[in-house]
Amino acid sequence: MRLISARLSAKRRSPLAGLVVLLLGLLLTGGAYAVLAPANAQTDPADQSTIAKGRSLFLVGCASCHGANGEGIVTKNGTQYGPPLAGVGAAAVDFQVGTGRMPMARPGVQAARKKVVYTPDEIEALAAYVASLGPGPAIPERDAYDPSTIPEDERNEAIVRGGQFFETNCTACHNFAASGGALPGGKFAPSLRGVSNRHIYEAMLTGPQQMPVFSDGVLKSSEKRDIIAYLNSIEEAPNYGGATLGSLGPVSEGLFAWIVGIGACVGFAIWIASSSVRSKKGIKA
Amino acid sequence: MSTATTNGKTAARTARRNPIAGILTWADDRTGLATASKKQIRKVFPDHWSFMLGEIALWSFVVLLLTGTFLTLWFKPSMGEVVYNGSYDQLRGVSMSEAYASTLHISFDVRGGLLMRQMHHWAAMLFVGAMFVHMMRVFMTGAFRKPRELNWIIGGLLLQLGILEGFAGYSLPDDLLSGTGLRIAQGLMQAVPVVGTYVSFFVFDGEFPGDAIIPRLYTVHVLLIPGILLALIGAHMLLLVYQKHTQWPGPGRTNENVVGYPMLPVYAAKAGGFFFIVFGVTALMGGLMSLNPVWRFGPYNPSQVTAGSQPDWYMGVAEGLLRIFPGWETHIFGFTISWNILIPGVVLPGVIFTVFFAYPFLEAWITGDKREHHLLQRPRNAPTRTAFLVGMMTLYGLLWAAGGNDILAVTFHLNLNYITYFMRVAVFVGPVIAFLITRRWCISLQRADRDRLLHGFESGIIMRSPEGAYAEKHLPISVDEAYTLTARDRDELVQAPTPADENGVANRKVRMMRLRARLSQYWYGTAIQKPTAQELEEAQHHAEHELEVHEDGHQHLESGDYSGEYEFDGHAADGHQFDGRHAIEGEELRKH
Repeated sequence: MRLISARLSAKRRSPLAGLVVLLLGLLLTGGAYAVLAPANAQTDPADQSTIAKGRSLFLVGCASCHGANGEGIVTKNGTQYGPPLAGVGAAAVDFQVGTGRMPMARPGVQAARKKVVYTPDEIEALAAYVASLGPGPAIPERDAYDPSTIPEDERNEAIVRGGQFFETNCTACHNFAASGGALPGGKFAPSLRGVSNRHIYEAMLTGPQQMPVFSDGVLKSSEKRDIIAYLNSIEEAPNYGGATLGSLGPVSEGLFAWIVGIGACVGFAIWIASSSVRSKKGIKA
Repeated sequence: MSTATTNGKTAARTARRNPIAGILTWADDRTGLATASKKQIRKVFPDHWSFMLGEIALWSFVVLLLTGTFLTLWFKPSMGEVVYNGSYDQLRGVSMSEAYASTLHISFDVRGGLLMRQMHHWAAMLFVGAMFVHMMRVFMTGAFRKPRELNWIIGGLLLQLGILEGFAGYSLPDDLLSGTGLRIAQGLMQAVPVVGTYVSFFVFDGEFPGDAIIPRLYTVHVLLIPGILLALIGAHMLLLVYQKHTQWPGPGRTNENVVGYPMLPVYAAKAGGFFFIVFGVTALMGGLMSLNPVWRFGPYNPSQVTAGSQPDWYMGVAEGLLRIFPGWETHIFGFTISWNILIPGVVLPGVIFTVFFAYPFLEAWITGDKREHHLLQRPRNAPTRTAFLVGMMTLYGLLWAAGGNDILAVTFHLNLNYITYFMRVAVFVGPVIAFLITRRWCISLQRADRDRLLHGFESGIIMRSPEGAYAEKHLPISVDEAYTLTARDRDELVQAPTPADENGVANRKVRMMRLRARLSQYWYGTAIQKPTAQELEEAQHHAEHELEVHEDGHQHLESGDYSGEYEFDGHAADGHQFDGRHAIEGEELRKH
C-alpha cells in the first residue's frame, strides 16, 4: 500500500498526471449521476408503441387546448388556455384523466371531478406519452400509497400521525372532515370522500388545480401514506354522533336547529294550544 | 268523591282518605302555602299557540341545566397538557389540553356522555332560537307596549346573555374550531382603540391563547351567566304574572280582563306536558343528529385552521358582518385602527342592541301612545312596525348567509367573491325592499278587513245579470267576527305644532315636535282605519235591504253594477232558489 502511494506520489509531477485526475473526476461524476439521477421513462420498444398510442389519443382529445406537442396554448390576453405539459409527469395525467377532470367539459376556473372518459389502458398510454415530453413524477407504486402495507402494529400510530399532518396541511382548504371547502374566485378544494388512495397520493405529488405540490421533500412518501391512512380511517369510522348533516360544520347544524328543532317545537305548541281542555273528544271547550 | 254522582240506589260513601292529601295538609299546616297559592293556582292565562313560544326557551333552559350538570361531573376546565389515551383511535398519543381530553372522554368513554353533550348543545341552539321566535311574536303583536317595556328589556338582556353563554360554552372543549372562535373574539377586543390590547391581555391573562381562558370561561359558563339568566328569567316571569298575559281581542275580551283557562289544572298540565315534549325533541336531536363533532376537529393549535370554521348559528350574523366588511384600516401616529374589525365587530352590534332596547320608547314617542295595552295587535294593524321587523329579519338573514359564504359557495358551486359583493349591496337594498313590500301587504290586508266589515264575506254564490255580467254575492259576517275585527284603536296622528301659542310665546321645542309629527305621519299616514260606527250602520242597512225576503218568498237581489234597460219583474232570476238561504225541498228550476 505504502509502495503504491509512494509510486503515485513520485509520478505526481508527471505531465500526464493532470489529465489522469481529470479523467478520474469525470468518470466518478458520470458514474454517480448514472446511479443517483431520477429514473427516466423507460424507452424499450414496447413502450414506444404505448407512447405512439398515447400521442394519437392526445391529438384527438387534448391537443385542442394543450397544443399538438403538449406545448400549451396561450390566449390573446396572455393567459393560458391549456398549460404546457412537458414535465408534469405520468402521475399528473393519471390523476387528471383518472378522476375525470380531464378532458374538461368546458373552460373554467377549475376542472371538476366527473365521469372518467378513457379506459385504464388509454390513460396509461396518455400518461406514457406525456411522460415522454419531459421528466416528471411517475405513477406511484402500490407500496407507496396503500396504507395496508403498513404493519398492523404500527398502523394506528401511522393514522394518528397522518391525522396531525392532515390538520396542519390539508384542513384549511379541504375541511376537517375532508368534505371540501371554497376558495376565492369560484375555485374550490374538492371533497376527498370516495377518492382512491392512488389519486390522493398523486394529487399531493403533483398539486393539481389550486393545490400546492407536496413533493417528497415537503412530505415524505411514508407521510403521504399516513395521511391516506387517516383519511381511510375517518371514512370508515362510524358516525358516532348520528347523522353528520353533511359534515360542513356549524352552518348546517344551525339550519337543522331551526328547521327540525324550532319547527318541531312550534308545531307541538300549535297542537297543544288547539287541543281542547276537555278529556272527551268532540266537545269544544 | 264525597257527593253522589248518580241517581243510583246505593248510598254515596266517603272515599278512602287520600294519602297525598294527608301530606299536603301536614305541609300546609306548617307553611300556609295553600292560602298563599290559592289565588295563583286559579290565575287565568289566555290560550293561543303563539303564547307558548317563550316556553320553548324556558324548557330548553331547564334541559340545559340538567344536561349541563351531568357534563360538569367529568369535564376538566384546564389547559394543562396531557397525552390522550382514550378510546378514540385517531387521536391516541396526541398531546392536548385536559379540557379537550375530558371532552373526548365524555364523548367516548362516559356512558351516555355523547348523548348528553349533543343534547346540551342542541338545547342551547333551541334556547337562543326560541328566544328569537318569542321576541318576534312579542314585537309583531305590540306586546312590548306599556306596561311591558321593562319585560322587553329583560328579554333583550336574556337574549344577549344567552348568546354570550352559548359562545362561552362552545369555546370550552378547546378544539380547533372553538379555538378559532376565541381567536376572533380576541381580534374584536384588540380592535378597540387604546384599551384593546390591555383588555385582551386581561381576558387571556397574557398572550393568546395562554392557559387561563378555559378555566375562566368555565366559571362564566357554569356559574356567572347561568346565575344571572336564572335571576332574569325569574324577574321576567314575575312581571308576566304581575302584569297578566296579553290576549287577542275577541268577544268578551277587553283591555281590563283576561279570558282563558286557570293555571291549575289546565295550564299546569299543558306547560308541564310541553316540557316533556321539548325534552323529547332535544333528546331525539341529540341522539340522531351529530353536533359539534370535536373529535374530528382535533385539539386547538394556533397554527391550524379548518375550512368550514364557523360559529354557532346565533353568532353567524357577527361572522357575516366581519366577512363582508371592506378591509379598511388607518394608520395614525404609528397606531393602526382596524375599521374592518372595529365597525362590524364592535360598533354595529352595539348599535343593533341599542335600537333593540330603545325600540318600545322610540315607538311610543313617535306615535304619542302612552296608554296601557293588554290587547294584542294583529301584525297587519301596525304596518310600519311589522314592515320594520321584516326588514330587520331580512338583514339578519342576509348577514347570516354571508357568515356561511364559503359553505354556500361550495354547496351551490358559486363564486365566493361574488357572494361577498352581492351581500355588500344586498344588506342595504334587501331590507328596504322587504320593508316596502311588507308595508303594502299589511295595508292591503287592512283593506281586506275593512271590506269584510262593510260588505261581508264572499258567499261563493255567483249572480248573473240579465246582460250576462257576473258578480259574487256578499253576505254579512257574524257579530263576533265583526267585533274582533273592530276591536282595535283608531290610529291618531300627532299634530304638527304651532310655532307660538295664542299669547305669542315661542314654542322652543317646535323643531323636535315637527319631526315627531312628520314621523307620525309616515308611521300611520297610509294605514287603513276601521270603519266608523256610522259607516258600519249604513253598510248593515244596505245589507238588510238587499237580503230582505219579500212577500213572494224571494229576495230581490240587486243587479250589482247593472244599469241596463232590462226591468226586473219582481222575480229573482232562476237559480236563486238555491242560494243557500231557503229550504230547497220541492224547489226546481223554473225554466222560464
